[in-house]
Amino acid sequence: MTDASHEGKPSDGAATNEAATNEVLVDELPADVAALIDVVQYEEEGEFPVERGYIWTSCSSVENGNPLFWDEQAAEAITGGPIAPPTMLSVWFRPHHWAPGRTQQALPLQVHFDLKERFGLPEAVMTDNTIVFYEPVRPGDRLRTHQILRSVSPPKTTKLGTGRFWVIDVEYFNQRGQLVGVESYTGFGYTREGARS
Amino acid sequence: MTSATDHRQLTLPEVAVGDSLPTLRYDVTATTVILGALASRDWRPMHHDRDFAVHRNGAKDIFMNTPNQAAWFERFLTDWIGPKGRLGRMKFRMKGSVFPGDTMVFDGTVTEVSADDTGCGWVTVDVSLAVDDEVKTTCTARIALPISADDNPWDRKGDRWKP
Repeated sequence: MTDASHEGKPSDGAATNEAATNEVLVDELPADVAALIDVVQYEEEGEFPVERGYIWTSCSSVENGNPLFWDEQAAEAITGGPIAPPTMLSVWFRPHHWAPGRTQQALPLQVHFDLKERFGLPEAVMTDNTIVFYEPVRPGDRLRTHQILRSVSPPKTTKLGTGRFWVIDVEYFNQRGQLVGVESYTGFGYTREGARS
Repeated sequence: MTSATDHRQLTLPEVAVGDSLPTLRYDVTATTVILGALASRDWRPMHHDRDFAVHRNGAKDIFMNTPNQAAWFERFLTDWIGPKGRLGRMKFRMKGSVFPGDTMVFDGTVTEVSADDTGCGWVTVDVSLAVDDEVKTTCTARIALPISADDNPWDRKGDRWKP
């Protein structure tokens, strides 16, 4: 599951080679999919503000004793007050298991599921995932996110089956509009028929 | 109460390419997996319901979710760098699952030590999570380290932070 190797791409315009690659791939894609490349989709706000209870529960689950999360004086001196562990970025967007009035469970990384359906690919794996961290996330922050499809490969056959690789960026911002992080996912949607032995 | 200066802190001049990080071993239980899934708000049944994991997913047991693995990698790295060390970038590649009964072994090696054009010190570390010598997940991390005792990468913002 290592056919794809994409560096995470912060939205700073640094990855010009990948942009060039996108242009080649776009020519080979159905027009409706090509039209989605580099387009902001699925903007949403987290269901609740960043809060310390989850920060402590997360640190406890991995026995993380970093004083930034447990020692008020250390947090004040080093990070200007408490922050959340950087790797908790996506935690703030996982929907409640149940919420009043909700009829449909929202799916994180909806663009991934859209592509599976569009290309008729019932199976999928995430081959790799890059997270880039910017402004620290702090208790009380109300984070916003959106998803951007960066690239879709031509059909490829691997040990799993035949399908396509795609790269999706998820960008996260705080309530002041500051970028706090970018997650970049490489997915492979496929059918098991024709798997390479 | 301890003060910020009481905590051990690694600085860039103390690190060289080829350095090994202190190994972390941890015996995984069902509680480890379930606590980690719920702490990361991942309610999917393969991370807490053994029948579902075995009969619907074809796995041998419930297994650790990816966001909690990321939290384990962060803990492994920050145990080494100290609180002024700041994660810039982490790239994960998932190869296999971690189950209750497994002993996770985290190891890491420094592959690059540098400073960028703003004077920020950086190290790159290749980390592996293995069970019984089989690598389950790899992580390449780019981490900012203080270049001296009075430097603090967390003070960097905007153009002075290039993760």
